[in-house]
Amino acid sequence: MKHRGRVWKFGDHIDTDVIIPARYLTTTSPEILAAHCLEDADPTFAKKVKAGDIIVAGENFGCGSSREHAPIAIKTAGIACVIARSFARIFYRNAFNMGLSIYESEDLWDRISDGQKIEVDSGRGTIRIINSNADLMRIQPIPPFMQELINDGGLMKHLSKKRS
Amino acid sequence: MGMTITEKILCEHADLKEVHPGELINARVDIALGNDITAPIAIAEFEKAGGGKVYDRDKVVLIPDHFVPNKDIASAGQCKVMREFAKEQIITHYYEVGEAGIEHAFLPEQGIVLPGDLVIGADSHTCTYGALGAFATGVGSTDLAAAMLTGELWFKVPRTMKILLYGNMQKWVSGKDLILYIIGMIGVDGARYRAMEFAGETVEKLGMAARLTIANMVIEAGAKNGIFIPDNVTREYVHGKGKRNYKFYTSDPDAEYAEVIEIDVGKIEPQVAFPHIPSNVRDVSQVGEVMIDQVVIGSCTNGRIEDLRIAAKILNGRKAAPYLRLIIVPATREIYKMALREGLMGIFIDANATISPPSCGACLGGHMGVLANGERAVATTNRNFVGRMGHSGSEVYLAGPAVAAASAVLGRIAAPDELAWGSGS
Repeated sequence: MKHRGRVWKFGDHIDTDVIIPARYLTTTSPEILAAHCLEDADPTFAKKVKAGDIIVAGENFGCGSSREHAPIAIKTAGIACVIARSFARIFYRNAFNMGLSIYESEDLWDRISDGQKIEVDSGRGTIRIINSNADLMRIQPIPPFMQELINDGGLMKHLSKKRS
Repeated sequence: MGMTITEKILCEHADLKEVHPGELINARVDIALGNDITAPIAIAEFEKAGGGKVYDRDKVVLIPDHFVPNKDIASAGQCKVMREFAKEQIITHYYEVGEAGIEHAFLPEQGIVLPGDLVIGADSHTCTYGALGAFATGVGSTDLAAAMLTGELWFKVPRTMKILLYGNMQKWVSGKDLILYIIGMIGVDGARYRAMEFAGETVEKLGMAARLTIANMVIEAGAKNGIFIPDNVTREYVHGKGKRNYKFYTSDPDAEYAEVIEIDVGKIEPQVAFPHIPSNVRDVSQVGEVMIDQVVIGSCTNGRIEDLRIAAKILNGRKAAPYLRLIIVPATREIYKMALREGLMGIFIDANATISPPSCGACLGGHMGVLANGERAVATTNRNFVGRMGHSGSEVYLAGPAVAAASAVLGRIAAPDELAWGSGS
């Protein structure tokens, strides 16, 4: 799969309260959640983000609460994928379970600026910064079981397939 | 090669002879938990996947505790979704707001989770039950839906880090101070993907309340689970509570650990985590003058009777500082009743505290204690992220019940010893 889009750059330890504050958890509507995505980190994000854009973050993205509203808000906001140095454990599970593409990259964060465009080729495992001479960067290979979840369209569809 | 307690519980629930860190397994789930925020999404996923009956109505636990009593029409709707599902499925462990309280205080108190269990909960603080010697971990709503449907879930066996605690705790130091100190030491991702196993001579002397507080906050170090080897303290705690069989597991002497950290607790003084990350801890003596607007004593971290007793000891005969809101949240109905019987509620009310019904509301900025722009709170809760308790311009300082109560009296972050104590106290 290829993603090509503008980068929204965030730092380390972006927690799920910042991704979607609890004051909006009185709803499960993906559209309402998306309208407040990352509001406490960047109040303009939800208004400016475009379909296909990419979030790049540092260590431990998605730490804190288990709220699946967080990956739902990000996905519905139009984000094609999240690339971080590392992900918090529950967020990592949730993203694969509900079908948000996420990748780990050691190098990207240091080399990218907010607003630049990148192309992610998950098949080849590479990231390229568009209009730049920078070398191709590698994304960490996705474990086979997680790849199976993605191919099946998330955990519930994977289970349905296994049970049928 | 021996196994750790975490590996053994996962192994037995996956019907395997042995497991190794990094291995992906499918394991049976003894308890699958959801609340009014996470269950509605799980229920929708469950029904989309064909639904039918949950795998075992005795093993699915649904507790409305986050936005209860319903804070608005939308949250009332979410609770209704869960209530109707619970009715339709004849869920054994569904409790209305007045019956139960905060899930992670209620489940151990009622013997719904027991030693040796494999527990998953669509709430990150599900790790609390590791205090009993159970494997308990937080997951998302889709995981809960899968567990409700099949009674199983996939897990990656975590590596275990051992935290060895020795020495005697200083006055006013509680389980909260120990875990805040540890998070400050290893960072909010210091235990990412790992199990944290607590052991050592100090641990053997810790009561169950302190163990529950410590296990509760391992998620704040990124851990998958926290766990204590069950012992006589555990035996006494669960005695007469459980209606199912339970099992004590232990770690083998030759089990392999990713890391062993030794801590002399004698050098730990009461801790305060400054905004906006739980690892930003300072000794209370190093805090300086931080004026505060609100104090919250409660939550799944510190809303147990032992916590309220500490607060009452400090608040007895004293009053909350002018212009400061003191909110006390007994975590369950039973705790509320005990606090009433022991006269703690009278002390709190005389101190100008307001008593909240058992609810997660204040802790996550939901309701009943939301902060305005620029306001500061000391809270015995577990997270101090940006906007956690209200406006993104507000600040949360995490502490144990002793520091929280003393701070309420003085109107600034303070150690209990800063108050005047009579010679007899």
